[in-house]
Amino acid sequence: MASLDDLKKRISSVKSTQKITKAMKMVAAAKLRRAQENAEKGRPYSEKMNNIILNLSSGISDKENAPKLLAGTGEEKTHLCVVMTSDRGLCGGFNTNIIKKAKQYFQKILKENKILKIITVGSKGYDQLKRQYKDNIIEKISFKDSKNINYFDADKVGKIIIDRFEKKEFDVCAIFYNQFKNVITQIPQEQQIIPLKSNEEKETDSNTSYEFEPEEDEILSNLLPKNISTQIFKAMLENSASEQGSRMSAMDNATRNAGEMVDKLTIQYNRSRQAAITKELIEIISGAESL
Amino acid sequence: MSEEFKVEIVNPEKSFLSKENVTEVVVPAFEGEMGILKDHISIISFLKPGIIKVYSKSEENKYFVEDGILEFKDNNLSILTSSIYSMTDLNRNKIDQILKEAEKESSVDNIDDQKKYLTDQKIEVLKNLNLN
Repeated sequence: MASLDDLKKRISSVKSTQKITKAMKMVAAAKLRRAQENAEKGRPYSEKMNNIILNLSSGISDKENAPKLLAGTGEEKTHLCVVMTSDRGLCGGFNTNIIKKAKQYFQKILKENKILKIITVGSKGYDQLKRQYKDNIIEKISFKDSKNINYFDADKVGKIIIDRFEKKEFDVCAIFYNQFKNVITQIPQEQQIIPLKSNEEKETDSNTSYEFEPEEDEILSNLLPKNISTQIFKAMLENSASEQGSRMSAMDNATRNAGEMVDKLTIQYNRSRQAAITKELIEIISGAESL
Repeated sequence: MSEEFKVEIVNPEKSFLSKENVTEVVVPAFEGEMGILKDHISIISFLKPGIIKVYSKSEENKYFVEDGILEFKDNNLSILTSSIYSMTDLNRNKIDQILKEAEKESSVDNIDDQKKYLTDQKIEVLKNLNLN
Protein backbone atom coordinates (compact mmCIF):
# COMPACT_ATOMS: atom_id res chain seq x y z
CA MET A 1 0.00 0.00 0.00
CA ALA A 2 1.29 3.39 -1.02
CA SER A 3 2.22 5.74 1.77
CA LEU A 4 0.33 8.95 2.39
CA ASP A 5 3.12 11.01 0.95
CA ASP A 6 3.20 8.98 -2.25
CA LEU A 7 -0.53 9.38 -2.68
CA LYS A 8 -0.29 13.10 -2.20
CA LYS A 9 2.40 13.33 -4.83
CA ARG A 10 0.36 11.30 -7.27
CA ILE A 11 -2.69 13.44 -6.78
CA SER A 12 -0.80 16.62 -7.48
CA SER A 13 0.87 15.08 -10.53
CA VAL A 14 -2.46 13.99 -11.99
CA LYS A 15 -3.85 17.43 -11.29
CA SER A 16 -1.11 19.14 -13.20
CA THR A 17 -1.57 16.74 -16.11
CA GLN A 18 -5.21 17.64 -16.07
CA LYS A 19 -4.30 21.31 -16.30
CA ILE A 20 -2.22 20.64 -19.37
CA THR A 21 -4.89 18.62 -21.13
CA LYS A 22 -7.45 21.24 -20.30
CA ALA A 23 -5.29 23.97 -21.78
CA MET A 24 -4.67 21.87 -24.88
CA LYS A 25 -8.37 21.36 -25.27
CA MET A 26 -9.00 25.09 -25.13
CA VAL A 27 -6.27 25.79 -27.66
CA ALA A 28 -7.58 23.09 -29.96
CA ALA A 29 -11.08 24.49 -29.67
CA ALA A 30 -9.91 27.94 -30.68
CA LYS A 31 -7.86 26.60 -33.54
CA LEU A 32 -10.67 24.32 -34.62
CA ARG A 33 -12.98 27.20 -35.26
CA ARG A 34 -10.50 28.82 -37.59
CA ALA A 35 -9.60 25.59 -39.30
CA GLN A 36 -13.22 24.69 -39.78
CA GLU A 37 -13.96 28.06 -41.29
CA ASN A 38 -11.04 27.67 -43.66
CA ALA A 39 -12.12 24.21 -44.67
CA GLU A 40 -15.61 25.40 -45.41
CA LYS A 41 -14.37 28.40 -47.33
CA GLY A 42 -12.06 26.24 -49.36
CA ARG A 43 -14.74 23.85 -50.48
CA PRO A 44 -16.32 25.94 -53.25
CA TYR A 45 -13.03 26.23 -55.11
CA SER A 46 -12.33 22.53 -55.28
CA GLU A 47 -15.95 21.75 -56.07
CA LYS A 48 -16.07 24.25 -58.91
CA MET A 49 -12.76 22.99 -60.22
CA ASN A 50 -14.05 19.45 -60.22
CA ASN A 51 -17.21 20.51 -61.99
CA ILE A 52 -15.37 22.29 -64.75
CA ILE A 53 -13.11 19.34 -65.30
CA LEU A 54 -16.07 16.99 -65.42
CA ASN A 55 -17.79 19.17 -67.96
CA LEU A 56 -14.63 19.39 -69.97
CA SER A 57 -13.82 15.72 -69.93
CA SER A 58 -17.31 14.71 -70.94
CA GLY A 59 -17.02 17.13 -73.83
CA ILE A 60 -13.80 15.68 -75.08
CA SER A 61 -14.36 13.82 -78.29
CA ASP A 62 -11.15 11.94 -78.67
CA LYS A 63 -10.74 9.80 -75.60
CA GLU A 64 -7.66 8.08 -76.95
CA ASN A 65 -5.58 11.20 -77.02
CA ALA A 66 -6.86 12.62 -73.76
CA PRO A 67 -4.15 13.85 -71.44
CA LYS A 68 -2.56 11.08 -69.42
CA LEU A 69 -3.46 12.71 -66.13
CA LEU A 70 -7.10 12.20 -67.01
CA ALA A 71 -7.07 8.91 -68.83
CA GLY A 72 -4.21 7.18 -67.06
CA THR A 73 -1.21 5.47 -68.57
CA GLY A 74 -3.22 2.47 -69.59
CA GLU A 75 -1.59 0.37 -66.93
CA GLU A 76 -2.19 -0.14 -63.26
CA LYS A 77 1.14 -1.53 -62.25
CA THR A 78 2.57 1.02 -59.85
CA HIS A 79 0.51 2.75 -57.23
CA LEU A 80 1.55 5.91 -55.49
CA CYS A 81 -0.11 6.62 -52.19
CA VAL A 82 0.04 10.03 -50.60
CA VAL A 83 -0.69 9.63 -46.92
CA MET A 84 -1.53 12.92 -45.28
CA THR A 85 -1.27 13.11 -41.53
CA SER A 86 -0.51 15.70 -38.88
CA ASP A 87 2.86 16.85 -37.61
CA ARG A 88 1.90 16.63 -33.97
CA GLY A 89 0.58 13.87 -31.80
CA LEU A 90 -1.88 13.89 -28.92
CA CYS A 91 -4.88 14.02 -31.18
CA GLY A 92 -6.64 10.79 -30.42
CA GLY A 93 -7.20 8.37 -33.25
CA PHE A 94 -6.67 10.94 -35.95
CA ASN A 95 -3.42 9.65 -37.41
CA THR A 96 -4.10 6.03 -36.63
CA ASN A 97 -7.36 6.12 -38.54
CA ILE A 98 -5.69 7.42 -41.68
CA ILE A 99 -2.88 4.92 -41.38
CA LYS A 100 -5.33 2.08 -40.88
CA LYS A 101 -7.21 3.04 -44.00
CA ALA A 102 -3.99 3.39 -45.95
CA LYS A 103 -2.64 0.06 -44.76
CA GLN A 104 -5.75 -1.72 -45.97
CA TYR A 105 -5.13 -0.26 -49.38
CA PHE A 106 -1.44 -1.15 -49.27
CA GLN A 107 -2.22 -4.73 -48.47
CA LYS A 108 -4.69 -4.99 -51.29
CA ILE A 109 -2.12 -3.66 -53.71
CA LEU A 110 0.70 -5.85 -52.50
CA LYS A 111 -1.55 -8.89 -52.68
CA GLU A 112 -2.17 -8.17 -56.34
CA ASN A 113 1.58 -8.08 -56.89
CA LYS A 114 1.65 -4.46 -57.82
CA ILE A 115 4.35 -2.02 -56.92
CA LEU A 116 3.66 0.30 -54.03
CA LYS A 117 5.22 3.69 -53.52
CA ILE A 118 4.41 5.98 -50.64
CA ILE A 119 4.78 9.68 -50.05
CA THR A 120 4.03 10.81 -46.53
CA VAL A 121 2.90 14.32 -45.81
CA GLY A 122 3.22 15.16 -42.13
CA SER A 123 5.75 13.56 -39.85
CA LYS A 124 3.39 11.39 -37.82
CA GLY A 125 2.47 9.34 -40.82
CA TYR A 126 6.10 8.67 -41.54
CA ASP A 127 6.72 7.63 -37.96
CA GLN A 128 3.92 5.10 -38.07
CA LEU A 129 4.69 3.71 -41.49
CA LYS A 130 8.46 3.52 -41.45
CA ARG A 131 8.63 0.30 -39.53
CA GLN A 132 6.53 -1.74 -41.88
CA TYR A 133 6.90 0.02 -45.20
CA LYS A 134 10.31 1.64 -45.00
CA ASP A 135 11.36 0.50 -48.47
CA ASN A 136 8.18 1.76 -50.07
CA ILE A 137 8.42 5.31 -48.83
CA ILE A 138 10.01 7.37 -51.55
CA GLU A 139 9.57 10.78 -50.05
CA LYS A 140 8.49 12.42 -46.85
CA ILE A 141 7.20 15.93 -46.73
CA SER A 142 6.46 17.97 -43.67
CA PHE A 143 5.18 21.49 -43.27
CA LYS A 144 6.14 21.90 -39.66
CA ASP A 145 7.52 25.35 -40.31
CA SER A 146 4.57 26.95 -42.01
CA LYS A 147 2.08 28.17 -39.48
CA ASN A 148 -0.99 28.23 -41.62
CA ILE A 149 -1.99 25.97 -44.39
CA ASN A 150 -1.51 27.75 -47.63
CA TYR A 151 -2.01 26.95 -51.24
CA PHE A 152 1.69 27.36 -51.88
CA ASP A 153 2.52 24.28 -49.82
CA ALA A 154 -0.16 22.24 -51.51
CA ASP A 155 1.18 23.31 -54.86
CA LYS A 156 4.61 22.02 -53.90
CA VAL A 157 3.21 18.59 -53.14
CA GLY A 158 1.22 18.69 -56.36
CA LYS A 159 4.33 19.51 -58.38
CA ILE A 160 6.26 16.66 -56.81
CA ILE A 161 3.49 14.27 -57.75
CA ILE A 162 3.25 15.54 -61.30
CA ASP A 163 7.00 15.48 -61.72
CA ARG A 164 7.10 11.87 -60.75
CA PHE A 165 4.15 11.07 -62.95
CA GLU A 166 5.85 12.59 -65.96
CA LYS A 167 8.93 10.53 -65.25
CA LYS A 168 6.57 7.54 -65.44
CA GLU A 169 7.29 6.50 -61.89
CA PHE A 170 3.72 5.43 -61.21
CA ASP A 171 0.39 4.80 -62.91
CA VAL A 172 -2.21 5.39 -60.24
CA CYS A 173 -2.16 7.92 -57.45
CA ALA A 174 -4.40 8.03 -54.41
CA ILE A 175 -4.43 10.37 -51.46
CA PHE A 176 -5.46 9.55 -47.92
CA TYR A 177 -6.80 12.12 -45.51
CA ASN A 178 -9.48 12.67 -42.90
CA GLN A 179 -12.61 14.41 -43.98
CA PHE A 180 -14.03 16.70 -41.35
CA LYS A 181 -17.65 15.99 -40.59
CA ASN A 182 -18.00 17.36 -37.11
CA VAL A 183 -15.95 17.57 -33.95
CA ILE A 184 -16.56 13.97 -32.99
CA THR A 185 -16.61 12.37 -36.41
CA GLN A 186 -13.86 12.45 -38.94
CA ILE A 187 -14.02 10.08 -41.82
CA PRO A 188 -10.80 8.69 -43.27
CA GLN A 189 -10.94 9.11 -47.01
CA GLU A 190 -9.26 7.47 -49.93
CA GLN A 191 -9.37 9.50 -53.10
CA GLN A 192 -7.88 8.60 -56.42
CA ILE A 193 -6.50 11.63 -58.22
CA ILE A 194 -4.59 10.10 -61.10
CA PRO A 195 -6.21 9.04 -63.35
CA LEU A 196 -9.11 11.21 -62.41
CA LYS A 197 -12.17 9.28 -61.36
CA SER A 198 -15.38 11.03 -62.16
CA ASN A 199 -18.56 10.36 -60.29
CA GLU A 200 -20.70 8.64 -62.87
CA GLU A 201 -23.86 10.09 -61.39
CA LYS A 202 -23.06 13.60 -62.41
CA GLU A 203 -23.38 13.08 -66.14
CA THR A 204 -26.83 14.62 -66.29
CA ASP A 205 -25.95 18.28 -66.46
CA SER A 206 -23.13 17.90 -68.91
CA ASN A 207 -25.17 18.28 -72.07
CA THR A 208 -24.59 22.00 -72.30
CA SER A 209 -22.10 22.59 -75.03
CA TYR A 210 -19.34 24.96 -74.20
CA GLU A 211 -17.27 27.25 -76.23
CA PHE A 212 -13.62 26.81 -75.46
CA GLU A 213 -10.86 29.27 -75.65
CA PRO A 214 -8.19 27.97 -76.32
CA GLU A 215 -8.92 24.36 -77.39
CA GLU A 216 -10.30 21.75 -75.00
CA ASP A 217 -7.17 19.67 -74.77
CA GLU A 218 -5.06 22.68 -74.09
CA ILE A 219 -7.33 23.78 -71.30
CA LEU A 220 -7.41 20.29 -69.90
CA SER A 221 -3.68 19.82 -69.93
CA ASN A 222 -3.31 23.07 -68.04
CA LEU A 223 -6.14 22.44 -65.69
CA LEU A 224 -5.37 18.92 -64.58
CA PRO A 225 -2.11 19.70 -62.80
CA LYS A 226 -3.85 22.56 -61.09
CA ASN A 227 -6.63 20.27 -60.04
CA ILE A 228 -4.18 17.97 -58.34
CA SER A 229 -2.81 20.81 -56.25
CA THR A 230 -6.35 21.86 -55.50
CA GLN A 231 -7.35 18.41 -54.32
CA ILE A 232 -4.25 18.23 -52.14
CA PHE A 233 -5.05 21.63 -50.73
CA LYS A 234 -8.57 20.54 -49.98
CA ALA A 235 -7.26 17.46 -48.25
CA MET A 236 -4.89 19.58 -46.19
CA LEU A 237 -7.68 21.89 -45.10
CA GLU A 238 -9.98 19.04 -44.18
CA ASN A 239 -7.12 17.37 -42.39
CA SER A 240 -6.29 20.36 -40.26
CA ALA A 241 -9.88 20.83 -39.20
CA SER A 242 -10.11 17.14 -38.41
CA GLU A 243 -6.87 17.22 -36.48
CA GLN A 244 -8.04 20.01 -34.22
CA GLY A 245 -11.44 18.43 -33.76
CA SER A 246 -9.94 15.11 -32.93
CA ARG A 247 -7.47 16.68 -30.54
CA MET A 248 -10.21 18.60 -28.85
CA SER A 249 -12.31 15.55 -28.12
CA ALA A 250 -9.24 13.53 -27.12
CA MET A 251 -8.14 16.20 -24.68
CA ASP A 252 -11.67 16.55 -23.36
CA ASN A 253 -11.66 12.83 -22.61
CA ALA A 254 -8.25 13.05 -21.02
CA THR A 255 -9.36 15.90 -18.78
CA ARG A 256 -12.39 13.94 -17.69
CA ASN A 257 -10.36 10.82 -17.01
CA ALA A 258 -7.86 12.80 -15.00
CA GLY A 259 -10.72 14.23 -12.92
CA GLU A 260 -12.02 10.73 -12.20
CA MET A 261 -8.57 9.61 -11.24
CA VAL A 262 -8.11 12.53 -8.86
CA ASP A 263 -11.40 11.65 -7.19
CA LYS A 264 -10.39 8.03 -6.77
CA LEU A 265 -6.99 8.90 -5.41
CA THR A 266 -8.44 11.42 -2.99
CA ILE A 267 -10.80 8.82 -1.55
CA GLN A 268 -7.94 6.39 -1.23
CA TYR A 269 -5.85 9.08 0.45
CA ASN A 270 -8.55 9.94 2.94
CA ARG A 271 -9.23 6.31 3.74
CA SER A 272 -5.64 5.49 4.44
CA ARG A 273 -5.25 8.64 6.52
CA GLN A 274 -8.27 7.55 8.57
CA ALA A 275 -6.84 4.04 8.90
CA ALA A 276 -3.54 5.41 10.14
CA ILE A 277 -5.29 7.50 12.78
CA THR A 278 -7.41 4.56 13.94
CA LYS A 279 -4.34 2.38 14.15
CA GLU A 280 -2.53 4.94 16.27
CA LEU A 281 -5.52 5.31 18.59
CA ILE A 282 -5.74 1.56 19.11
CA GLU A 283 -2.06 1.48 19.90
CA ILE A 284 -2.40 4.26 22.49
CA ILE A 285 -5.47 2.72 24.11
CA SER A 286 -4.03 -0.77 24.29
CA GLY A 287 -0.82 0.74 25.65
CA ALA A 288 -2.78 2.56 28.38
CA GLU A 289 -4.77 -0.55 29.25
CA SER A 290 -1.71 -2.68 29.81
CA LEU A 291 -0.40 -0.33 32.48
CA MET B 1 -36.17 42.05 -68.26
CA SER B 2 -33.26 42.55 -66.03
CA GLU B 3 -29.84 42.67 -67.49
CA GLU B 4 -28.15 41.33 -64.42
CA PHE B 5 -26.38 38.06 -63.77
CA LYS B 6 -24.37 36.47 -61.03
CA VAL B 7 -20.64 36.43 -60.66
CA GLU B 8 -18.55 34.46 -58.23
CA ILE B 9 -14.83 34.70 -57.81
CA VAL B 10 -13.19 32.04 -55.69
CA ASN B 11 -9.61 31.46 -54.71
CA PRO B 12 -8.36 28.38 -52.88
CA GLU B 13 -8.65 30.00 -49.48
CA LYS B 14 -12.13 31.41 -49.75
CA SER B 15 -14.91 32.73 -51.85
CA PHE B 16 -13.42 36.06 -52.82
CA LEU B 17 -16.43 37.78 -54.27
CA SER B 18 -20.02 36.86 -54.88
CA LYS B 19 -22.37 39.29 -56.49
CA GLU B 20 -25.87 38.89 -57.86
CA ASN B 21 -26.46 42.16 -59.65
CA VAL B 22 -23.72 42.44 -62.21
CA THR B 23 -24.39 43.89 -65.62
CA GLU B 24 -21.07 43.33 -67.30
CA VAL B 25 -17.75 41.68 -66.54
CA VAL B 26 -14.64 42.28 -68.59
CA VAL B 27 -12.00 39.61 -68.19
CA PRO B 28 -8.50 39.26 -69.59
CA ALA B 29 -9.11 35.97 -71.42
CA PHE B 30 -6.29 34.03 -72.95
CA GLU B 31 -6.82 35.34 -76.43
CA GLY B 32 -7.68 38.90 -75.57
CA GLU B 33 -10.02 40.90 -73.42
CA MET B 34 -13.53 39.61 -73.35
CA GLY B 35 -16.67 41.32 -72.14
CA ILE B 36 -19.41 39.12 -70.78
CA LEU B 37 -23.03 40.24 -70.69
CA LYS B 38 -26.13 38.39 -69.67
CA ASP B 39 -27.04 35.33 -71.77
CA HIS B 40 -23.56 34.89 -73.11
CA ILE B 41 -22.98 31.46 -74.60
CA SER B 42 -21.54 28.87 -72.21
CA ILE B 43 -17.82 29.22 -72.26
CA ILE B 44 -14.73 27.96 -70.52
CA SER B 45 -11.55 29.92 -70.89
CA PHE B 46 -8.23 30.71 -69.33
CA LEU B 47 -7.28 34.01 -67.91
CA LYS B 48 -3.99 35.69 -68.44
CA PRO B 49 -2.61 38.27 -66.03
CA GLY B 50 -4.67 41.41 -66.20
CA ILE B 51 -7.56 43.36 -64.81
CA ILE B 52 -11.04 42.01 -64.19
CA LYS B 53 -13.65 44.73 -64.30
CA VAL B 54 -16.97 44.05 -62.68
CA TYR B 55 -19.74 46.50 -63.53
CA SER B 56 -23.04 46.75 -61.79
CA LYS B 57 -25.61 49.50 -62.12
CA SER B 58 -24.25 51.49 -59.22
CA GLU B 59 -20.58 50.75 -59.14
CA GLU B 60 -17.52 49.46 -60.90
CA ASN B 61 -14.87 47.28 -59.26
CA LYS B 62 -11.49 46.29 -60.56
CA TYR B 63 -9.35 43.34 -59.61
CA PHE B 64 -5.92 42.27 -60.64
CA VAL B 65 -5.48 38.55 -61.36
CA GLU B 66 -2.39 36.60 -62.20
CA ASP B 67 -4.03 33.52 -63.60
CA GLY B 68 -7.27 31.62 -63.49
CA ILE B 69 -10.04 29.85 -65.28
CA LEU B 70 -13.45 31.15 -66.07
CA GLU B 71 -16.66 29.29 -66.60
CA PHE B 72 -19.88 30.88 -67.74
CA LYS B 73 -23.03 28.83 -67.72
CA ASP B 74 -26.72 29.59 -67.24
CA ASN B 75 -25.95 33.18 -66.33
CA ASN B 76 -23.53 32.13 -63.65
CA LEU B 77 -20.01 33.32 -64.06
CA SER B 78 -17.43 31.51 -61.97
CA ILE B 79 -13.85 32.60 -61.92
CA LEU B 80 -11.29 30.38 -60.25
CA THR B 81 -7.98 31.97 -59.55
CA SER B 82 -5.08 31.35 -57.25
CA SER B 83 -4.04 34.96 -56.88
CA ILE B 84 -6.32 37.93 -57.01
CA TYR B 85 -6.04 41.41 -55.54
CA SER B 86 -8.64 44.09 -55.33
CA MET B 87 -7.37 47.27 -56.95
CA THR B 88 -8.28 49.26 -53.87
CA ASP B 89 -5.99 47.06 -51.77
CA LEU B 90 -3.05 47.39 -54.11
CA ASN B 91 -0.54 50.05 -53.35
CA ARG B 92 2.77 50.95 -54.89
CA ASN B 93 4.82 48.69 -52.66
CA LYS B 94 2.71 45.67 -53.35
CA ILE B 95 2.78 46.28 -57.07
CA ASP B 96 6.52 46.72 -57.04
CA GLN B 97 6.90 43.51 -55.12
CA ILE B 98 4.85 41.47 -57.58
CA LEU B 99 6.61 43.17 -60.45
CA LYS B 100 10.01 42.28 -59.08
CA GLU B 101 9.03 38.65 -58.68
CA ALA B 102 7.67 38.53 -62.20
CA GLU B 103 10.81 40.07 -63.63
CA LYS B 104 12.95 37.57 -61.81
CA GLU B 105 10.81 34.75 -63.16
CA SER B 106 10.98 36.04 -66.68
CA SER B 107 14.77 36.37 -66.65
CA VAL B 108 15.29 32.66 -65.94
CA ASP B 109 16.97 31.00 -68.91
CA ASN B 110 15.09 27.76 -69.31
CA ILE B 111 11.61 29.23 -69.17
CA ASP B 112 9.17 27.82 -71.71
CA ASP B 113 7.53 30.00 -74.29
CA GLN B 114 4.06 30.04 -72.88
CA LYS B 115 5.23 30.89 -69.41
CA LYS B 116 7.47 33.58 -70.76
CA TYR B 117 4.56 35.05 -72.64
CA LEU B 118 2.41 35.05 -69.54
CA THR B 119 4.99 36.60 -67.24
CA ASP B 120 5.82 39.25 -69.82
CA GLN B 121 2.16 39.99 -70.00
CA LYS B 122 2.05 40.30 -66.26
CA ILE B 123 4.95 42.71 -66.25
CA GLU B 124 3.35 44.83 -68.90
CA VAL B 125 0.05 45.02 -67.04
CA LEU B 126 1.79 45.90 -63.83
CA LYS B 127 3.84 48.57 -65.45
CA ASN B 128 0.74 50.14 -66.87
CA LEU B 129 -0.81 50.06 -63.46
CA ASN B 130 2.00 52.14 -62.15
CA LEU B 131 1.09 54.91 -64.52
CA ASN B 132 -2.40 55.35 -63.16
